[in-house]
Amino acid sequence: MPVGASTIIEVRDLKKYFTIKTEGVSEEKSLLKAVDGVSMDVFEGEILGVVGESGCGKSTLGKTIMRLHDKTDGQVLYRGKDLFAKDPAAMKDMTLKMQMIFQDPYSSLNPRKKVSKIIGQPLDIHKIGTPEERLERVAHLMEEVGLNPKFRTRYPHQFSGGQRQRIGIARALALNPEFIVCDEAVSALDVSVQAQILNLLLDLQEKYGFTYLFIAHDLAVVEFIATRILVMYLGRIVEIADKHELVGNHVHPYTQALFEAFPATSPKGRELKKRIVMGDVPSPINPPQGCHFHPRCPYAVDKCRQAYPPLKEVSPGHSAACWVVQKDI
Amino acid sequence: MAEKKEILLSIQNLSFSFDTQRGVVNAVRDISLDIRKGETLTLVGESGCGKSVTAHAINQLNPMPPGKVDHGKIMFRGTDLLTLKRHEIEKLRGTQISMIFQEPMTALNPVFTVGAQIADVFMTHQHMTKQEAMERTIDLFKLVKIPAPERRVNSYPHQLSGGMRQRAMIAMALASPEPGLMIADEPTTALDVTIQAQILDLLNDLKHKIEMSILLITHDMGVVAEMADRVVVMYAGRKVEEADVFSIFETPRHPYTLGLLNSLPSNTKYKNARRLEAITGTVPDMRTIGAGCPFENRCAYASEKCGQEFPTETVLGESHSVWCHNYHMVKEG
Repeated sequence: MPVGASTIIEVRDLKKYFTIKTEGVSEEKSLLKAVDGVSMDVFEGEILGVVGESGCGKSTLGKTIMRLHDKTDGQVLYRGKDLFAKDPAAMKDMTLKMQMIFQDPYSSLNPRKKVSKIIGQPLDIHKIGTPEERLERVAHLMEEVGLNPKFRTRYPHQFSGGQRQRIGIARALALNPEFIVCDEAVSALDVSVQAQILNLLLDLQEKYGFTYLFIAHDLAVVEFIATRILVMYLGRIVEIADKHELVGNHVHPYTQALFEAFPATSPKGRELKKRIVMGDVPSPINPPQGCHFHPRCPYAVDKCRQAYPPLKEVSPGHSAACWVVQKDI
Repeated sequence: MAEKKEILLSIQNLSFSFDTQRGVVNAVRDISLDIRKGETLTLVGESGCGKSVTAHAINQLNPMPPGKVDHGKIMFRGTDLLTLKRHEIEKLRGTQISMIFQEPMTALNPVFTVGAQIADVFMTHQHMTKQEAMERTIDLFKLVKIPAPERRVNSYPHQLSGGMRQRAMIAMALASPEPGLMIADEPTTALDVTIQAQILDLLNDLKHKIEMSILLITHDMGVVAEMADRVVVMYAGRKVEEADVFSIFETPRHPYTLGLLNSLPSNTKYKNARRLEAITGTVPDMRTIGAGCPFENRCAYASEKCGQEFPTETVLGESHSVWCHNYHMVKEG
């Protein structure tokens, strides 16, 4: 945890439930608890990595923080101000400070608009500068993300996947935000292009002091880019710590499983690798009673089947939600 | 791995192109590779490098037209697969060459139970009765570690999770009297990492139990590290390096292979680094690639010669070859 850094985002017991129709002909509805009581702080200037498998709620968390989803319960505070208490007009002003980069560089760019329009749209919406100034700003942004400004009259389909992701990044930068949610921002890219974009995100962060909430399923990417890492499983935080602490000293059985499941970086010693987790991720519609991970956990005891463990500090700045780790069994 | 086993499948100088509205795409250019009995050969490369086209050429799954074999042979147990008629190759597909795909949901028929679809393979190719076929299917489900197999055979694909569907696909691929070659096209790309680990374990386990050869197509060097005996690295339709898996990771000699390894954030050299050594630039337009090395425009070692002609093979060791004019300049690490 950066000493003395101020908190930019506070998330307090945030819940986001989706109502969905169950299978079959009945009209019965059930609740999908995508985010189920998440509390965390994001500190200024950090890169907080959020990692987890599909359905763990990591993207919903990012989108709810950005208020792209309405919350079910809880609070999101931006520098102490409740985001959900704001009316839509005031929320629009918040987007000056908070932006998002999306996963799919194909569907997140309007195919009928020229690149200059796409990147300049935030400036148009917020009526910043004269049209000439906006054009100049767009050219500057394109250079900033490594695109040649002379391509500004082209359409998205004329660019490769990596270049499109650069367009999405330029759009997110247009308003000089403080806080950027990167939702699987490099997942759709080939590995050589992914490396370029990761470097770009780091360059920009150093230059402008952005704070990133970096959401990804790829542990290696998060491990590389983040300064702090949060692990989610079925809507809840299971472990959170500084990057080096989490990588070197993860304690939650799910985090351990995630690290062990991750493919090796070299074929050496691959025969000796042990894996602990069997079974599938349960459905978030009907998560198991007690700790959601207990059916797959090799250390589960009776208490794990009965009550969900609280997220508790195990060492300074390092918290985990596990009865066994907390020795409370 | 030391003793050389009999060659099961041999692709010889294969060139494959697609005639599209916007020009001819030479998707695969002069690819040769051998798959030996019981080994896992991985074809690795990024999108558009031709790895899937190469693999799909084996059992004629590329759409033709617009696809077209320009040159080459694919020898399998004494026959050139490229000369086979449609019904002949269809016979091979269910019996000797099987395939598993990236997205098992689209590869399984949604209106039949998974058990019925697999039993169908036994009934069609081995003329079993329905009951025998079902029993064999349950055995296969046990082999691929699907829990409660007696119940699961009656499930429809949508009732299974992604990992279970992939297991069912693998079971189907094994439903032949003499499983020779399994082509696995990005079999774990759509799966979560804990499920991927299980499927990779299963494939490795099966390979040892049944003497099966696997042609594994992947973009993920991590999967290569876990699975491969030998590795073929492709770039923009060309084979650029081939070696046993240890040589590829420890002493890569093609600048692209090295760049690919350096692009991995999990590379141990980045323990405390804040930047990756990325390959600059982007893949060239496949319609306008000339006679030179396709990697030339992104390569830190490129010389004048690279733009003019594609290099010939340099044999570096018993199982290690590279196609690069300046391979001697490439040092690992």
